[in-house]
Amino acid sequence: MGSPAVSARPRSPAPRSPVPRSPVPWPLAPWSLALRAFRFWLTNYRRTWRGSIYSSVASPVLYLGAMGLGLGTLVDQHGTARLGGVSYLAFLAPGLLAATAMQTAMGEATYPVLASVKWLKTYQAAAATPLRPADLMRGHLLFTAMRLLMNCAIFLVVMTAFGAARSLWLLATIPVCLLTGLAFAAPIEAFAITRNKDSSFAMLYRFFLIPLFLFSGTFFPVSQLPGWIRPVAYATPLWHGVALCRSLSLGTPDLGGALVHVSYLAVLALAGLLIGQRTYRRRLYV
Amino acid sequence: MPTTEVLIRARNLTKRFGEFTAVDGIGFELHRGEAFGFLGPNGAGKSSTMRMIGCVSPPTGGELSILGMDSVAQGQVIRGRLGVVPQEDTLDVELTVRENLLIYGRYFGLPRDLIAERTSRLLNFVQLADRAGDQVESLSGGMKRRLTIARSLINEPEILLLDEPTTGLDPQARHVVWDRLFRLKQQGVTLVLTTHYMDEAEQLCDRLVVMDGGRIAAEGSPRELIERYSTPEVLELRFHPSDHDQAAEKLADVPADRAEILADRLLLYVPDGDAALAAVRARGVDPLTSLVRRSTLEDVFLRLTGRRLED
Repeated sequence: MGSPAVSARPRSPAPRSPVPRSPVPWPLAPWSLALRAFRFWLTNYRRTWRGSIYSSVASPVLYLGAMGLGLGTLVDQHGTARLGGVSYLAFLAPGLLAATAMQTAMGEATYPVLASVKWLKTYQAAAATPLRPADLMRGHLLFTAMRLLMNCAIFLVVMTAFGAARSLWLLATIPVCLLTGLAFAAPIEAFAITRNKDSSFAMLYRFFLIPLFLFSGTFFPVSQLPGWIRPVAYATPLWHGVALCRSLSLGTPDLGGALVHVSYLAVLALAGLLIGQRTYRRRLYV
Repeated sequence: MPTTEVLIRARNLTKRFGEFTAVDGIGFELHRGEAFGFLGPNGAGKSSTMRMIGCVSPPTGGELSILGMDSVAQGQVIRGRLGVVPQEDTLDVELTVRENLLIYGRYFGLPRDLIAERTSRLLNFVQLADRAGDQVESLSGGMKRRLTIARSLINEPEILLLDEPTTGLDPQARHVVWDRLFRLKQQGVTLVLTTHYMDEAEQLCDRLVVMDGGRIAAEGSPRELIERYSTPEVLELRFHPSDHDQAAEKLADVPADRAEILADRLLLYVPDGDAALAAVRARGVDPLTSLVRRSTLEDVFLRLTGRRLED
């Protein structure tokens, strides 16, 4: 060995800020520590991004092909007045887009969170540094946001290739998907951090994600459901995402409806963030 | 070299989990440059104390100041100046050795080139330079421990916290870790460690507290503790199991400060072990084996708590 002093500072603590001020401008400043956590996820993702892109492309191709084209041909033969007079493919695609945001959010907010706190304990490692539990949650939400934007963009490309892009308003679905995804990701993360086993995630998928996927207007208008159950469908966050994406995709957005949808989703995302910052804290500061 | 500057001060520090009291009103002071140990069996409250010092576990009661700051109100700033080696490895096993240090350095807000420079220095120090590009998953237990130590030094901490640094390692890997920690100590790094290995405490600690049941039973340097609570020598006698109890009775009048009758051995605490052994033989008792040794912290612990450390 005999190399010069390794590591830790022996004496004389030259005063120095242990939390260096970051050059991030004001609105993002509270997120500057979250950015450090975000970069952890990014480093991790570098190993797995290829596989994830593959499934991000395959999934819309399969669904739009089988249901949009295959089933759609059958549907279109019986008239599409109840779909708003557009082809089934055009009706379905924006619904699937919003559902993709939901699925992406669920995927990020469940197992990776449990792995970080329980299996790998990388959250505990990070909590021993200047990062606070809230920073860890925000960092992971930033990464989830990035994945949402990626998957949404890929979906739009596939959708265009299928000839289901009808309006330039379609581009406005990108922020809508982001918001829809975060409205799922934040509350689910807040829940996932409290878990010790992954069995509750299976329940979440079976009794929450799949029913929402099937009955929130993705595949058929909610108006086709029996009257008594429709309010339930309208109360689900996915319906708001689907409705908004669909109106934009078909080029028929209306301001009033959009405001309701956006507010609803934003409140969910914000509530999830606020609750999650507490549940993260309770889990990591034992 | 220990100084008089107080880095950590705890008064009446308490940690409760529901009804269970893990740490029961302990107090201690820790000085810059010293290697300070918490010695005690599993469940003594060592790890809870460490987590409070690491500012990831708010105390239920009492005061805890670290580097002159309150451990709760200024936990974030304090954590920036600590290094932590947790009891369980928290490395990201899917990333490489180098990536683990990169990620950790970033958590402290260090620039990339500084992290790179420290990484090569630290990997040399923990003898992992040739594994820099390998996935952590492929490392042995001892290597992971050393990597955790390297990671804890990336921010050049003023205090290094080590929670059971060698638990679960094989003897050879333990010695490598001890050697590295000893070097850090030589460089003047302030070390705080918990252990239930008395040899670890004796080798590394300038000063230690013996913990049991959430309380501090005694405090001092290893030598002071041994002088205060034990005799210079110990005579260990082993008998055939069927003679064990009988022998203990026969030897009741052998002059000794204290005798401990363990399940497998008889310990006589005496100033002179050879003289005591002669006295044993003079009574016509012939042990299967006999050993005269110096007192250790294990004896101190036995005296203070009536129990052994590693049970």
